[in-house]
Amino acid sequence: MMEVGLNHFLVVSTLLFSMGIYAIVTRKNAIMVLMGVELILNSANINFIAFSQFGNRGIDGNLFGLHGHLIALFVIVLAAAEAAIALAIVLNIYKTLSTVNIDEIDNLKD
Amino acid sequence: MNVYDIVFYLFAALTVISAFFVVTNRNIVYSAFFLLFTFFGVAGIYVLLGADFVAIVQLIVYVGGILILLLFGVMLTNKITNVEIKTGTINIYPAVIGVGLLTGSLLAALINTSWRSVPASAPQATTAALGTILLQEYALVFELLGIILLIALIGAASIARREA
Amino acid sequence: MTESVLINISLAILFLPLFGFVVTLLLGKKVKSIYLFEVFILTIVLISAIVLAFGKLSYFIDHKIVSEIEWFRLTDTIVIKLGFLIDNLTVLMLFVVALISALVHYFSVAYMKGDERYNRYFAYLGIFTFSMNGIVLTNNILMMYIFWELVGLSSYLLIGFWFEKKSAADAGKKAFLVNRIGDLGMFAGILILFLTYNTFSFDTIFQSISAGKIPFNSEFWLTLTGILLFMGAVGKSAQFPLHVWLPDAMEGPTPVSALIHAATMVAAGVYLTVRIFGLLTADAMMFIAVIGMLSAFIPATIALTQNDIKKVLAYSTVSQLGYMVMALGVGAYKFAFFHLVTHAFFKACLFLGSGSVIHAMHHEQDIRNMGGLRKKLPLTYATFLLSSLAISGIPLTSGFLSKDGILASAFAFGSLTGYWIFAVVGFLVALLTAFYMFRLIIITFHGEPRDHHKYDHAHESPFVMAMPLVVLAGLSIFIWYTPNPISADQGWFLTKWIETPELHAPNSTRFDFMQSEVVAETQQVAEHNSSHGEITYSEKYTEAMHSAHYPAMFLSLFVAIAGILTAFVFYQWKKVNVEKLTASIKPLYNFSLNKWYIDEFYHKTFVAGLLGLSKIIYWFDATIVDGIVNGSATVTRAISTFTGAFDKYVVDGLVNFMAYLSGFIGLIFRRIQTGKVQTYIVLVIFSIIILFFFF
Repeated sequence: MMEVGLNHFLVVSTLLFSMGIYAIVTRKNAIMVLMGVELILNSANINFIAFSQFGNRGIDGNLFGLHGHLIALFVIVLAAAEAAIALAIVLNIYKTLSTVNIDEIDNLKD
Repeated sequence: MNVYDIVFYLFAALTVISAFFVVTNRNIVYSAFFLLFTFFGVAGIYVLLGADFVAIVQLIVYVGGILILLLFGVMLTNKITNVEIKTGTINIYPAVIGVGLLTGSLLAALINTSWRSVPASAPQATTAALGTILLQEYALVFELLGIILLIALIGAASIARREA
Repeated sequence: MTESVLINISLAILFLPLFGFVVTLLLGKKVKSIYLFEVFILTIVLISAIVLAFGKLSYFIDHKIVSEIEWFRLTDTIVIKLGFLIDNLTVLMLFVVALISALVHYFSVAYMKGDERYNRYFAYLGIFTFSMNGIVLTNNILMMYIFWELVGLSSYLLIGFWFEKKSAADAGKKAFLVNRIGDLGMFAGILILFLTYNTFSFDTIFQSISAGKIPFNSEFWLTLTGILLFMGAVGKSAQFPLHVWLPDAMEGPTPVSALIHAATMVAAGVYLTVRIFGLLTADAMMFIAVIGMLSAFIPATIALTQNDIKKVLAYSTVSQLGYMVMALGVGAYKFAFFHLVTHAFFKACLFLGSGSVIHAMHHEQDIRNMGGLRKKLPLTYATFLLSSLAISGIPLTSGFLSKDGILASAFAFGSLTGYWIFAVVGFLVALLTAFYMFRLIIITFHGEPRDHHKYDHAHESPFVMAMPLVVLAGLSIFIWYTPNPISADQGWFLTKWIETPELHAPNSTRFDFMQSEVVAETQQVAEHNSSHGEITYSEKYTEAMHSAHYPAMFLSLFVAIAGILTAFVFYQWKKVNVEKLTASIKPLYNFSLNKWYIDEFYHKTFVAGLLGLSKIIYWFDATIVDGIVNGSATVTRAISTFTGAFDKYVVDGLVNFMAYLSGFIGLIFRRIQTGKVQTYIVLVIFSIIILFFFF
């Protein structure tokens, strides 16, 4: 087993991403779909910070430095906002249709 | 195999395995709790990557905020009397095949790519530096994020309160 | 003060009323007192107009300020432009419009109080002022036509303002339709000009005419163009035979009658004729003079017998407009415009005075129910009397100056060409005017009250109504126009403010006395006469005007006094039994009372003719056209039976097959459209993988 480097982190991130996709695709419950989205966001964050740490050099030769961290922070902030809005929508859907199962919500189909 | 590697594998295993339980467990509440461990593992990975501030924010915002929100969502959208809060699954076979293929190709791609990386630098305290960048180069973004949070707050309140 | 300042002021004068209109119309329902905004805007417009007139007449008196921007281009050579022309006529006319419009706004504040569409009324006044300013300011005939129609629209809206009354709605429609007849002619004239000169600009057209380019290379067509353009003026200025709409337009609110149907909009026709004066040929001017003469005479005879206070004034307006048009026809360009301005003031004063009377009498308009109002409405009486003296042509008033000028010109025209009829009719109309105006005054204000109930409730108007009356009556005095109360020839109005028009029509088509002599000589003449306000076409004309001056003045004074005295003899001192007199000339009286039966004539001929024509066309449709149609239908049916079969089996079969095919394909693809988001995401993932492997 080689020394832990950039690739290791990327593999973890990829696995998290795949499981997020899996959750989004297979789970009926809207809340579970949201959890999948959170997983995907986390995997993206791991990527940002890993590249920030292992210093893929930019065009001008400087390390990305802390900018990756900042992007990760922004993603977290947006994730919080997204979760709040999404849950509000889910609650509203539940009030209207008495279910949060996505496969049953196809009113627009007709 | 030094301590750093061992700690990494521990956290990676914690993250991936609990994430696996999150997406496979039929009980939503269990899923939510496994999500807690996933977030915790991700926070550990952040620490290993020298991102102490982001790790703390991860713990506070995700574990303390988003996860609680999700749990509230679970509670509010299921009948309390229903002890088993379960969720069904659909599209199992196409999803397994598709996600498997996607994961395989992504992994193949990233391993076969020669990233122009430099050795990791020694971890330093990032909080002060982050604060400086945030209020200098990213001041506008910072303000915009504040506004977005405010709008999201109001929007969530108004959407959730709307009478069906 | 520079030219650009003047142009900016004109822009403000043009667009501020539009702004007021939009604001008042949009907020009218919400904000009760928004009309004050419109009134305020008009005050600013009035101040701007005064500043503009002052600036133009003190600093740029000899300049013609033209400002143009390109609107769009049809081809590289045909460019349609928007533009302003600011000359002395423009600023004087703008001042008249702005002043009367502002005064009418103030007057209306009290007069229209309590009307349920109070704010909308002011909005309409705003759009009217905007369009009228547009007509005055423009330098090309296309824009003038646009604003021309806009004033027509606002006139329609204001005549029919009380549209619950059927007569008001009908009057609005009538005004609109009758105006269309005139505008049709004007439009044809504009088209001829555009076809010939590829431009709408007055200046360019005049220059081309001077350079010898005339429509279709024929003097007849130039004459026709002038007459066609004049048709617009016939409609808008209510000239015979299209004058029938103006008396009916009195159904509108009285301040509107003062503003639109006495002072400004109806004068727009005269203004148009003034603008196109340069291209009129002798034949066209003859036509104009005849129309003007008829329009001066016929309504004057009608006004003798009318009993509605506003109808009398309306016919008097038509008659005075006829004067102006006749003046243009006989070449008295300056006096026509002079009379336009003076008439605008005293006729607006008369209308507002009648509005004051109507207001005081609680919307009673029949003079037979009035009488003795002098004591109740002293201020209204005084201003009304002053304006009546002006319209009758009594010295010391502005009306005397302008009317005398027109009559002298008609006199001179007679001596130069031998057509004395214009002078004769002119003096006759002056006699009639003095008579019917004082008949109106005596019946309304003198004598004993006839309707005691209404008389007792009559009251003098509030300040906002009295102030405009006083201002307008004040402007009917000579001193504003000339220092000499007997003759305006030396006054600044005629010598400095209005220039002698440049004539552009080819020499051979002009009257003899308007032939331009050798250029140097003309200039000499012009310089020689520059101290006089006379129109300096040629030596001959100047001489004729000189010799016509005193006879015309004494004669006009004589007929005016004769008319007034007759009115007093008939109605004040009752020396002649009027009823017996009317009974003895019953047919004539009825002829006048019924307005020469012109409306009835139009009904019997044009309206009935149109109805008859449509009946004939209907019959033609029903029998011949339908017969042909039915015949062809039978043939068609036979053919269609064959084609039907073809259609049914071959074409329909193909179509049905296509339908089945697409339905079948749809059935397959509809499986994919589950409406479930997650299924779509699975598809997205597979698509990504496929892309991944392909690229």
